[in-house]
Amino acid sequence: MSLISVRGLAVARGGLRVIEGLDFELGAGQAIVLRGPNGAGKTTLLRCLAGLQPAVTGQIECPPDSIAYAGHADGLKPALTVTENLEFWSAVFGGPDIAPALAAMNLTDLAARPAHALSAGQKRRLGLARLMVTGRPVWLLDEPTVSLDQGSVALFATMLRDHLAQGGAALIATHIDLGLPEAQVLDLAPYRARPGLRQDRPAGFNEAFA
Amino acid sequence: MKALLLRDLRLAVRAGGGFGLSLVFFLILCTLVPFGVGAEGGQLSRIAPGILWVGALLACLLSLDRIFALDHEDGSLDLLATAPLPLEGAVAIKALAHWLTTGLPLVVFAPLLGVLLHLPTAAYPLLVLSLALGTPALSMLGAFGAAITVGLRRGGLLLSLLVLPLYVPTLIFGAEVVRRGAVGADPTTPLVFLAGITLATLALVPFAAAAALRVNLR
Repeated sequence: MSLISVRGLAVARGGLRVIEGLDFELGAGQAIVLRGPNGAGKTTLLRCLAGLQPAVTGQIECPPDSIAYAGHADGLKPALTVTENLEFWSAVFGGPDIAPALAAMNLTDLAARPAHALSAGQKRRLGLARLMVTGRPVWLLDEPTVSLDQGSVALFATMLRDHLAQGGAALIATHIDLGLPEAQVLDLAPYRARPGLRQDRPAGFNEAFA
Repeated sequence: MKALLLRDLRLAVRAGGGFGLSLVFFLILCTLVPFGVGAEGGQLSRIAPGILWVGALLACLLSLDRIFALDHEDGSLDLLATAPLPLEGAVAIKALAHWLTTGLPLVVFAPLLGVLLHLPTAAYPLLVLSLALGTPALSMLGAFGAAITVGLRRGGLLLSLLVLPLYVPTLIFGAEVVRRGAVGADPTTPLVFLAGITLATLALVPFAAAAALRVNLR
C-alpha cells in the first residue's frame, strides 16, 4: 500500500515553476532520497507535500494526518529545556512518551539543559528527535544532517531504519550519503520546469495579478 | 491546545519573554500624565478615563509583534501549521496567552493607576469591567495584525498602523463606559456595544488570522 502518491505534480517558487510532471509513489517501509542541485526545488516540493503551500497542478494522495515535516529550522524555543521542548511537541501530537526519542538521538544526558545552551548539532538532534514523538508514518526531511557529526549521522540513520521497519516512510532531501543502501534515489533534474511562455503554464494564483 | 497555552505562558515569564513590559509602560504613562497636564484634580479626573484606556491600548500594542514573529523565525510556526491542531485554534490560544500576559495584568493594576489620575470613586468598578471586556478584543485583533505581518522584517511599524483603526471602536466605547461611570450616568449602552465588539472579534478573527498565516507561510 502506498502512503503517499504523487501524479503530474508541478510546484512553483516565487511565481515561477521549478518542478513539472513529477510522479512517484512511496510505500510503507520505503525511503526516497531527493537529489538535485541548489534551486532544483527540493525544499519547495517538501513544503508542498507537507501542505504548507499549494501545488500548481497535479495530484497528491496521502491518508490524513500522516505527514511529519522537518525543515531547515528546528522549531526549538531557546528558553525551554530539551525535555520541555520535546514534551510540548509530544503533547501537540497526542502525547507519546519522549524517553525513546531522547535515547534514539543520544540526548538523555542533555535533557535538563536549556535549548539556547546546545550546540548547532545538538539542536539539530533535538529537532530530529521531535519526529519520533509525532507518531506519523511519513517523514519529510529537508537536509536533516546539516551540522551533524559522523556519529550523529549514524544515529539518525539507525533511527530512520527503525522507523522504516515499523512501516513508516521517508522522503529525504540531502547531499550526503546517509548509509541507507535500500533507499531509492529520485533525481529532480529531469523534472526541471522548461523555460517557456509563462501564460501557457501559470505558476499559480499570484499569476492572476501579474 | 493546553500544551500550546502552557508553553506560551512559560516562554512569556522566562528570561527575555517580555512579560511585564506592557505593564511597566502603562505605569510610566499614567505616572507621567499628571506631571504633564498638572496635578489640578478637576482637570485630571475629567481626562482620566480616556488616558487609562489609551494607555491600556498602547501598552497592548507594544507586545503584539511577538505573537507570531518568534515562532516564525525559529520554524515552530511551520511545524504548528502541519500539526493536528487547527491553525484557527492555535491563533485563538496564542491570542489568549497574549491577553493573559498583557491584558489581564492591565485590568488588575488599572484601579491603582486610577488613583494617580484622580479617577472618581464611582468609576472604579466600571473601569475594571470595561477593561476586562475590551482588552480580549485588543489581543485578538492584534493577533490578526501579527498574522498579516508575520514574514516581514521590522513588521512592528506596519502592524501598529494596520491594527490602530481596528482598535478605535473598542477605545471609543471603553472610554465612554468609564466616563459615564465617572459622571454618574447610565453606562449600559456603551457597555453592551463594547461586549458586542469583543464577542464578534473573538468569533470571527481567528479564521481571518489563520487564513492570513496560511498565505504568509507559502
